[in-house]
Amino acid sequence: MALLEVKNLGIVFGGLHAVEGFNLTLEKGSLYGLIGPNGAGKTTIFNLLTGVYKPTSGTFTLDGVKLAGKNPVEISKAGIARTFQNIRLFKNLSVLDNVKLGLHNQMKYSTAEGILRLPRFFSTEKKMNEKAMELLKVFDLENEATTLADNLPYGKQRKLEIARALATNPKLLLLDEPAAGMNPSETQELMDTIRFVRDEFDMTILLIEHDMKLVSGICEEVTVLNFGQELAQGKTSDVLNNPEVIKAYLGD
Amino acid sequence: MFKQKKSIAKATKNNFITYGILAVMFAGSLIWLESGAMPRQFTKLLVPLCTYSIAAVSLNLVVGVLGDLSLGHAGFMCIGAYSSAVFTNIFADVITNDLLRFFIALLVGGIFAAVFGFLICIPVLRLKGDYLAIVTLAFGEIIKNIFNIVYLGIDKSGLKIAINSSKYTEIMSADGKTIINGAMGITGTSRDSTFIIAFVILFITVAVSLNLINSRTGRAVMAVRDDRIAAQTIGINIPKYKLLVFTIASFFAGLAGVLYAHNLNSFSAGAFDYNASILILVYVVLGGIGNIRGSFIAAIILYALPEILRSVGEYRMLFYAILLIVMMIVNNNDTIIDMRKKLVAKLKKNKHKTTANEGGDI
Repeated sequence: MALLEVKNLGIVFGGLHAVEGFNLTLEKGSLYGLIGPNGAGKTTIFNLLTGVYKPTSGTFTLDGVKLAGKNPVEISKAGIARTFQNIRLFKNLSVLDNVKLGLHNQMKYSTAEGILRLPRFFSTEKKMNEKAMELLKVFDLENEATTLADNLPYGKQRKLEIARALATNPKLLLLDEPAAGMNPSETQELMDTIRFVRDEFDMTILLIEHDMKLVSGICEEVTVLNFGQELAQGKTSDVLNNPEVIKAYLGD
Repeated sequence: MFKQKKSIAKATKNNFITYGILAVMFAGSLIWLESGAMPRQFTKLLVPLCTYSIAAVSLNLVVGVLGDLSLGHAGFMCIGAYSSAVFTNIFADVITNDLLRFFIALLVGGIFAAVFGFLICIPVLRLKGDYLAIVTLAFGEIIKNIFNIVYLGIDKSGLKIAINSSKYTEIMSADGKTIINGAMGITGTSRDSTFIIAFVILFITVAVSLNLINSRTGRAVMAVRDDRIAAQTIGINIPKYKLLVFTIASFFAGLAGVLYAHNLNSFSAGAFDYNASILILVYVVLGGIGNIRGSFIAAIILYALPEILRSVGEYRMLFYAILLIVMMIVNNNDTIIDMRKKLVAKLKKNKHKTTANEGGDI
C-alpha cells in the first residue's frame, strides 16, 4: 500500500481555486518532486497536507489513516513533518533546543515533574539531549549546539530546519524549496544530504523546488503544477522535456 | 559532547547566580532587620518589595516567555487580595493559628486568581498583540470596579452580599460584621505577612519560573513565542501551553495579592488600578523582557528608590526619572548591550571565547 495517497484535493479562497483536483500517490522510500511556476499552488498543497489550511474538497491518507481536515498538531503526530520556504526556526533558542523541540512529543514527563525536578525530568532530558546531539551530528551542526538559531549562517539554518523536522520522527518529510538562496556548491551538498536522509532514515520525501538541477539530480518522479492544476506527472527526465511544461515555464 | 555539557552547565550556573543573589539579599536584610539597626522606613518596605517582585516575575512569564502583552496583571493581584482577605476575616476566630490560617489564605488567593486567569485566557486564546493587551486591560478595570461596589458582611444568618450600600444596610443586621465595605475596601485583616514568608514565596516563584523555562514545557512556550506556525507543525498544542502559563502567572500574582492584603490595616480595589499594572510592566521591561533575575532586581530598585531618595526632597521624582531612563538604555539598547557583553568577556578572558549564547540568559 502506498504511504501517502492524495485524492482530488482542492481548496478555494473566496472565488479562487488555488488548488484543484490534486492527486498523488507516494510509495514508501520515494523521493518525489513538486514543481511549477510561481503561484502554481505548490506551497498551498504543503499547507493542506500539514493542516495549516483545511481542504475544501478531496481527501488524503497517510499509511491508510485519513488526515484531511485534521489540525497541524494531529497531523504532526500522525507522521508528516515539513520545512518552510522562508525559514521558520525558533530564533531566540539554541540550535540544540530547536532540535529538542522536534522531540517534544517523545518526551514523556509532565509540567509538574519539570517544575519539581523529579527523577524522570533528568533521565528524559539526558536521553533526549543525546538523541538531539546525534541528529545534529548527522547534519554536521554539533559544534553549534549552543549557538542561537538566529546566528547560524543561512545554509546551516536550512539544515537545522530539516534536523528539527526529522526529530519529530516522521514517516513523510515535506521540504519547501530547500535550495532557495543557496549557491551551487551548497546546493550540491544539500542534494547529498537529502539523499542521505532518505537512505539513512528510510524516509519518504516530497519536495518543492525551483532549482531544476536539484530536481533532475535527486527526484525520481515529479508532478508539475500550473494555476493550481496538474499539468504533467511522471519520470523526471520525461516530464522536464515535455513541451507543455516548458511552455508553462517559459511562455509561448 | 563538550559543548553540550557546557550549555547545560551554563543554564544551571545562571540559575545558581540568581539563587545566590536572592540568598544574599535575604540574609543581608534579615541580619540588618534582626540587629534592629534598620530604619523604620525600610522595615515597612520589606514585604511590599517581595510582593512587587513576585508580581513582576510572574508577569514576565506572560510577557517575556509566552510573548503576550498583558496589561491587567494587577487585576489578578486584586482577586488574590480580596478572596484571601475575605477568607481571613471569616475564619479569624475559627482558625486561631495565624500561620496555618495564612497558609490557607495564600492557597485561597492563589487558586482564585488562577481560576480567573484560566477563564480570562480562554477568550484571549484567539487574540494576538494589541487586542490581547486591550482585553487584559479591560479585565483589570472590570475586576477593580466590581470590587469597588461590592458590600459583603457576615451576621447570625450567614453571609450577606449587595452591590449598593442602601440595599446592604437593609439586608444586614446591625450586630453583623462587615468585611467588604464597597469602595472603602477591607479593613482589619490580620496582618500575617512577614518578611520571611514573603521572601519564601518570592523564592518559590523564581524557582518555579526558572524550572519551568528550562524544561520541556518552557521550551514549547518559547517556541510558540518565536514562531506559532512552526510550533504547530512540530506538534505543539498552542492553546494548552498558553492556558498553562497564563494560569501559573495568575496564581503567583494572586499570591502577591495575598501578601499585599495581609500587610496593611486596610486596602481597597483602587490600589489595583491600571497604574499598578503598568508599574509592574515597567519592572518587567526595565529588568529585561524574559529575564527573570532582572525582573525582581528592577522591582526592588524601582520600588525602594522613592523611599531612599526621600533625603533629596523635592528632586526625588527627577532622580527617579533619570534612573528609569538609564535602566532602559542599559537593558534595551543594542550598542550598550554589546559593550556590556564585551566587558563581561574581557573580565573572564581566560575562559573560552563566548559565542552568542546569551539568549538563554535567565
